[in-house]
Amino acid sequence: MSTDREEVLRLDGITKRFGELTANDAVSFSLAKGEVVALLGENGAGKTTLMNILFGQYTADNGTVSVFGKTLPPGNPRAALDAGVGMVHQHFTLADNMTVQENITLGTRPLFSTRLDRKAARQRIVELSERFHLAVSPDAKVGSLSVGERQRVEILKALYRDVRILILDEPTAVLTPQETDDLFATLRQAIANGLSIIFISHKLHEVMAIADRVVVLRHGKMVDGVAIKDTDKAALAALMMGAEATPPAVAPANPGKTLMALRTVSTPDIGNAPGLKSVSLDLRAGQIIGLAGVSGNGQAAMAEVVGGQRSPDTGVLELDDEVLSKWSPRTAVESGIARIPEDRHKTGTIADFDLTENAILERYSNTPFSRGGWLDWRKSRSFANEIIHKYDVRCPGPDTTIRLLSGGNMQKLILGRVLEAAPQIILANQPVRGLDIGAVNYVHSQLLEARDRGAAVLLISEDLDEIMGLADVIHVIAEGRLSPAFNRGEKTPAELGLWMAGQGFDEPAQKQESHHAS
Amino acid sequence: MNLRKNKRVTMRLEPIENPTMLRRLGLPAAVLAATFLVASLLAMIAGANPFSVFGLIIKGAFGSKFAVLETLNRATPLIFTGLAVAVAFRAKFWNIGAEAQLYAGALVTVVLGTGLLPWPAFAILPALFVCAILAGAIVLLVPALLKTRFGVDEVVTTLLFNFIFLLFISMLLEGPLKDPMGMGWPKSARLIPEARLPRIVDGLRLHWGFALALISAGLVWIIQTRSTLGYEMRAVGLNKEAAAFAGIPVNRVLVKTALLSGGLAALAGFSEVAGLKGSLTLDLSPGFGYTGIIVAMLALLNPLGVVVAALFVAGIFVGADSMSRAADVPTYLADIMLASALLMMVLAIMLTRFRVVRG
Repeated sequence: MSTDREEVLRLDGITKRFGELTANDAVSFSLAKGEVVALLGENGAGKTTLMNILFGQYTADNGTVSVFGKTLPPGNPRAALDAGVGMVHQHFTLADNMTVQENITLGTRPLFSTRLDRKAARQRIVELSERFHLAVSPDAKVGSLSVGERQRVEILKALYRDVRILILDEPTAVLTPQETDDLFATLRQAIANGLSIIFISHKLHEVMAIADRVVVLRHGKMVDGVAIKDTDKAALAALMMGAEATPPAVAPANPGKTLMALRTVSTPDIGNAPGLKSVSLDLRAGQIIGLAGVSGNGQAAMAEVVGGQRSPDTGVLELDDEVLSKWSPRTAVESGIARIPEDRHKTGTIADFDLTENAILERYSNTPFSRGGWLDWRKSRSFANEIIHKYDVRCPGPDTTIRLLSGGNMQKLILGRVLEAAPQIILANQPVRGLDIGAVNYVHSQLLEARDRGAAVLLISEDLDEIMGLADVIHVIAEGRLSPAFNRGEKTPAELGLWMAGQGFDEPAQKQESHHAS
Repeated sequence: MNLRKNKRVTMRLEPIENPTMLRRLGLPAAVLAATFLVASLLAMIAGANPFSVFGLIIKGAFGSKFAVLETLNRATPLIFTGLAVAVAFRAKFWNIGAEAQLYAGALVTVVLGTGLLPWPAFAILPALFVCAILAGAIVLLVPALLKTRFGVDEVVTTLLFNFIFLLFISMLLEGPLKDPMGMGWPKSARLIPEARLPRIVDGLRLHWGFALALISAGLVWIIQTRSTLGYEMRAVGLNKEAAAFAGIPVNRVLVKTALLSGGLAALAGFSEVAGLKGSLTLDLSPGFGYTGIIVAMLALLNPLGVVVAALFVAGIFVGADSMSRAADVPTYLADIMLASALLMMVLAIMLTRFRVVRG
């Protein structure tokens, strides 16, 4: 960096642990005046924790935060605000029933203000919104504003309080492409006025467009801090996802017939989560299909469709060449689909149920676990015992509450629960997230074993290493669209980077999409 | 403004993974002790010796055959409403409307039991029993459907239904249901003898409603621990998301839970009218529906615990009545004892799962 660099913010060796998990591991970076630093990382990489420490919501176990050369006292949210740091949260903090002006001035002046006061405040808001290209009427009720306009109010609120450092948490997640361009114009104006910006995101093209430097976080560690001009999207994607390793030797697959197929399936967007956009996919016997992609690009929708939680809006699902008419979690289970959910704590298990009760969760209403509406606890318990022994679940016994188990043992119980029925189709959504290396290898070997006995496996993962190592055929999913398939080893992580950023495949569909984005 | 930034003492809650036996058994005992401590203070303020007050309460509740029977009679509707609440709360369906469902059961009992059914004598009581259950179930079906179809908060609907239903009963008692022989009181006609619940033992003032309550508690316990429905209800209550993912029809389970809960609450009304009062008045229930919530919470939603908790609560009420006559301490002491017992219990539940840590 050049010598005239005026440092406004410095994070030094920030470490934060939550029990076993290290959310931030000795993260250090600094921000200069008039600079935009992008904080890039997957969900759960530690971005939010880091910002919460900067803001005094959490106290770091190690390390210091200093603003304009002064160290902030830990655990004090006011200190950061008083030092001139402002944050625009992903979820806005505005009162819908008040006007824009009232929202902006809220808390900055006495409860009862004179007309002169209000006029001066209004003057300042109008001036700020002109200077920073933040078009919004001070008299409009916030409840009647669009999401993009609300964000402008949030930014105005920070500017009104004379912040020098502005933190934006996933600001574009809620914006249309047009609004994103407007936001970037505002940010450039802010930089020209001497502000500094931290831009939190996992969207590569935006980071490339706005940032001067990028700080990449992965699993709480700072992987790299690079200047934008020295990097590109593909390199950033590889850094973010951690795909440095070469694929291990996995015996070649011996694919058979298609067991399940999606034919031009689309599902609606839900909030910021894109639905599927005309996706076609064949799940073939004896094959692991890997679905790579940056999180929040339609993986959830894919898992819901295959797992029975959602029916396609348009397009059809086929099972054994027959079009499905009725589709629910229960029909999915009864059709022989093994489902390993993304969140084993929230969706995979019931924390306060014991191992037996969790083992029969998907099949309690069938024989042998119940008959005529009455449960057979003896058979259920012996089923749980069988899983415990066969899948090496380390626990005191089948009557243990499952919340007491480690993540790996919990996952083994889920594996046992779904694999004991010798399923033909396996949906594995982030099956090894948060597991230690031993459990990871165990889960992977189970999936490979299932493939080798002829099951079709759909492996959804944000960990490129996992996909590249395990999947026979790989698709990339970006903004709900599916890339063409390629075989393991055909492409490098760098090549995948562009696809994961939503570029380089399926161009016509992309154009079409920008038309109906509104 | 003095913030004393770094000297602030903060507390936080840390989950206890595996509560010890001492914690699990000691806390309910501590709840009792704390409840009596609060009550002692109040008794002293009222100018009485706390020990003699408690002595009088215990004697008044369990000191004689008459006292015991009175306590059992008082516990009967509380067992039913307590079960109703326990069943619903287990599935996290917040039925605050046991009072309305109780009156629904009582209303049907009175309407059909005053000679409307042209049936042989032996069939009348079973018919009333079934119809009362249906009435309570239907009354709670409306909030349940509003919740599952439109996401309307059942706390609000069931709570407000209490007032609507009580006013409706009041209207009926002033109008079509008013007993022509009642000398102008807002009171229904009396049940025909064939519609009355007989006493369990001749000569003892305890009716079959109490036995029905005990049987119901046993049945609910069996349903909760042995049936697929009970399993579904517990799963939905503990984690709706995981239940739905596993294929449990969450909304259907909530509706079934509501039907069962409403039916149980209605039995409180049936048993009070057919077993004890013989007719319907507006003071049939001194808040049995609401007290059922306390009973269920004290029992930690366990159906068998409901029986014990109902006896405890009924004992305090009955005992406080006679204590008040003897020691000149207001009966409100009973309400305060229950309220503090409930608060302590809620605190105890939290303390079995969390410990308070500094920092």
